[in-house]
Amino acid sequence: MNRTAIMAAAAIALIGLAGCQTNSKDQVLASSESQVALRAMQSRAFDTSDKLQTMRAVIATLQDLGFVVEKADDVLGTVSGTKLDGYQLRMTVTVRPRGETQMIVRANAQYNITPVEDPVPYQQFFAALEKAMFLSAQQVD
Amino acid sequence: MRKPIVAALAAASVLLAGCEQGIPPEALAISQVSVEKRQLQTRYFETEDESLLLNASVAVLQDLGFTLEESETDLGVLLATKDRDATEAGQIAGAILLGVLTGVYVPTDRNQKIRVSVVTRPLDDGRGRTAVRATFQRLVWDTQGNLSKIEGLNEPELYQGFFEKLAQSVFLEAQEI
Repeated sequence: MNRTAIMAAAAIALIGLAGCQTNSKDQVLASSESQVALRAMQSRAFDTSDKLQTMRAVIATLQDLGFVVEKADDVLGTVSGTKLDGYQLRMTVTVRPRGETQMIVRANAQYNITPVEDPVPYQQFFAALEKAMFLSAQQVD
Repeated sequence: MRKPIVAALAAASVLLAGCEQGIPPEALAISQVSVEKRQLQTRYFETEDESLLLNASVAVLQDLGFTLEESETDLGVLLATKDRDATEAGQIAGAILLGVLTGVYVPTDRNQKIRVSVVTRPLDDGRGRTAVRATFQRLVWDTQGNLSKIEGLNEPELYQGFFEKLAQSVFLEAQEI
């Protein structure tokens, strides 16, 4: 009787493991959300042609949220930073012109060792960025 | 028969928990605390000369033994780090005491990496002022090489000290001393 119990216990533990990955190299090209859905939740358009001002607003927003800004490149329009608060939250934000009158801002975040694929944190980030920009963020189709 | 099953369920849930980690809901939300931290971490200088402020900041960071990791002058961004001893006498005394009482080895803090970003931003308030914002963080590893602390540093005296040094440095830079 004891043996079957142990077997059952082992089986349950293995079921638990099934939720985990089989090959950790699959992580290189992995993403759980579809590419389109991910881009939509991570991107917003702002009605401005000033890339540098947009980047400065992104940097100020990251600082407001407790990030240390690690990299910024005004040619590519990229900003990266990390927040440490019992966890490591890393973010890269890109600013690219769309046409003559808009900037597309895209953010992607990594929480410890997992990607952030929940729309809510991105909504919060863009809400903070709107305030720093004095402009409203528009969904990108 | 109950016990092993309970143990297995516990093991399974621990395993599952290892695969699933969520971002805290407040991680990317602006709060009252964010506004207070902004005030703590920001000082305003009566100049439009960003490169003067960046040069002065680099000099202060060097004074403090930081290594410059990244700089982007067009956006006014500096990143510097330093690796230092994180040993604290009180913590070691506590660990020794606990070790004597329980016989269990308690790891204590050994190394830390301190990170700081300094960002300059011109203010469009018509008064020709520039904001400088510094943010300090640190990672601490214990005697077993595990991360024991991952934190932002929010002690007011830290920022007061830094900005006092920066004000002096700006003065010296302006005088070209």
